[in-house]
Amino acid sequence: MLDVKNICKTFNPGTVNEKTALRGVSLHLDDGDFVTVIGGNGAGKSTLLNAVAGVWPVDSGSISIGGVDVTHLPEHKRARHIGRVFQDPMMGTAATMQIEENMALAARRGRSRTLRRGITRDERDHYREMLKILDLGLEDRLTSKVGLLSGGQRQALTLLMATLQKPQLLLLDEHTAALDPKTAAKVLDATERIVQKDHLTTLMITHNMKDAIVHGNRLIMMYEGNIALDISGEDKKKLTVEDLLAKFGQATGSDEADDKLLLG
Amino acid sequence: MTGFLGALPGAISQGLIWGIMAIGVYITYKILDIADLTVDGSFCTGGAVFVMLFQGGVNVWLAMLAALLAGMLAGLATGLLHTVCGIPAILAGILTQLGLYSVNMAIMNFLASVSLSITQNEVLEKLLVSLRFVGRAGINGEYPLWRHPIIVVGLFTAALIAILYWFFGTELGAALRATGSNPNMARAQGIDTNWTKVLGLVVSNGMVALSGALLCQYNGSNEINVGRGAIVIGLASVIIGEVLLGKVFRNFALKLLSVSIGAIIYYTVITAVLKMGLNPNYLKLLTALVVAIFLTIPYWKDKYFTKAVKPARKGDKANA
Repeated sequence: MLDVKNICKTFNPGTVNEKTALRGVSLHLDDGDFVTVIGGNGAGKSTLLNAVAGVWPVDSGSISIGGVDVTHLPEHKRARHIGRVFQDPMMGTAATMQIEENMALAARRGRSRTLRRGITRDERDHYREMLKILDLGLEDRLTSKVGLLSGGQRQALTLLMATLQKPQLLLLDEHTAALDPKTAAKVLDATERIVQKDHLTTLMITHNMKDAIVHGNRLIMMYEGNIALDISGEDKKKLTVEDLLAKFGQATGSDEADDKLLLG
Repeated sequence: MTGFLGALPGAISQGLIWGIMAIGVYITYKILDIADLTVDGSFCTGGAVFVMLFQGGVNVWLAMLAALLAGMLAGLATGLLHTVCGIPAILAGILTQLGLYSVNMAIMNFLASVSLSITQNEVLEKLLVSLRFVGRAGINGEYPLWRHPIIVVGLFTAALIAILYWFFGTELGAALRATGSNPNMARAQGIDTNWTKVLGLVVSNGMVALSGALLCQYNGSNEINVGRGAIVIGLASVIIGEVLLGKVFRNFALKLLSVSIGAIIYYTVITAVLKMGLNPNYLKLLTALVVAIFLTIPYWKDKYFTKAVKPARKGDKANA
C-alpha cells in the first residue's frame, strides 16, 4: 500500500541550523498493516510522516501510495489518498467553522470542489450517526463551532474526519499526546475501532511504548533518521517494554536510549 | 444641527457605496485572514474603467461589469504575486497597489481627474446613482423615489450579500473559509490553499472595483487618488460593524450587513465632524486614529483585563 524508498531530508542545509532528519529511510506497508512508530525526540518520526503527507518535498528517494508515485505531488493532491490526525488538537479542524461544516469539508477530500451546496440534508443525518459512534455527545451539537470543543473532542472529530472518506493510508502523528490520560485512552480506543472496522492501512506515531506494543500488527523504532527496529507478527505479539529496550540497545549499540525513549 | 440632518441622506448613500468596498475587505481580512492592500489601487481602477467606458458610450451596466472584471484582474495580480512568487501577502498587495497607480493613470488617459457631464439630464438619467438624486428623488420629487441612492445602493448591497451568502455556502466557498480558518487543515483535506487564496483576492477586489464604479457615478467624476486609504476605511467599517453588532448578528449574511452598517456609521460620523468645522485635511489622520483605537481595544482587553482562566473541574463532561 505504502512504498517509501530511500528518502532523505535535511532541513536548513548549509546553515548553522542544518539538521539531517531522514537518512535514507525505506519502508513498505502491506494493505491493512497497522504500524506503530516509536523513537526519541529528533529521531525522525514526525519527519517521516510529514514526508509521506507531502508537507514539503524530500531531497531524494521516492514515495508511492497504492502503486501511485506521489513523490512530486503537493500536499493537497496527496490528501486524496491520505487521512491525517495531528499532534496538536488545533491543527486538524477549522475552529471558526461548525462541526458539520468541518465534516462536510472532510467528506469532499480528494474531490473537486464546485458550486454545489457545501452540505446537504442527507449528509447531516449521516454525520449525526457517525458522531454517535464517538460517544461524546457531539451528535447534538452539529452546528456548534469547533473552537468550542475540548482538545479531546477535537482530536476525536479529526479522527472521524480523516476516515470519513476511507483513506488508503491513515497517518496519526502522536494524536493522543496532548490529551489527559483518560481522554487519550478514549481517543485511542476509537482509533482502534475505526481502523479495525475499515481495515485501514495505518502509520501511528506514539510516545508511549505500551501503546505501541498493544496496538497494531507491526512496530518500528526510529533512531537518528533511520529505522532501527522493525518487529512484526508473532514477535510483536510477545513483545514487552524490557524486550524492546534490550533490542534497541543491540540494534544501535547505544544504551542512552532508555531514559530518552521512556521520557521522550 | 440642521446642516447635519440635511447632509445625512448623502452620508448614508456614501456609506452604503463604501460599504460594498468594505464587504470586499471583509472577505480578505476576516475570512481569508489576509490584509490586502490592493484595494487602495483597485478601488480607483473600478472608477477609472467605468468613467472611460461610460464616456465612450458604453451601457452603464456593461461599464460596471467591466469595472468588476478589472478589479478581479487586480486581485489576480496580487494573488499570483503571493502564491506563485511567494511574496508575503501584505507586500504583494502593496506592489500591485503601486503598479496600479500607473495603470489607473493610463486608463484615464493620463488625466488626474475625469468627469461625467452630469449637468446634462440625458447623461444623468443613465446613471444608477448620483448625488444629484439625493435631494431630488422622492415621493413628490423631480425623480421617482426609487432613484434615491439609498434605495438603489441599498438594493444593490442586498443583492451582493445574497450572492456572497450563497457562494460561501457552496463547496468552493466552504473551502475558502477553511483556508482562512486553518490552512493546514485545509490542505490535509485536499484543498489547494493557493487557489482558494487567489480566488478570495479576486472576488474581494471585484467588489472593491464595483464600489469604485458606483462612487464614480455618485460623484460624477473619478480622481486618481480616490482610493487612497480605502483599506483603512474598509477596516474601520468591518471593525465598527463587529464591535456594535457582532454579538447580535451571528448569521453570515447579517455579518456582511453589519459591515455595510459599519460603513454608514463611519460616514455619518465623518459628516458630523466635518459639519462641526474640522479641516477636511485632518480626516485621514482621524480615520487612522479611530481604526488604531478600535484595533487596540480587544488586544488590551485580552492582555490586561482578562480574568485567570478557571481550571477545569475534575470529571467535567465537557472535557471528556
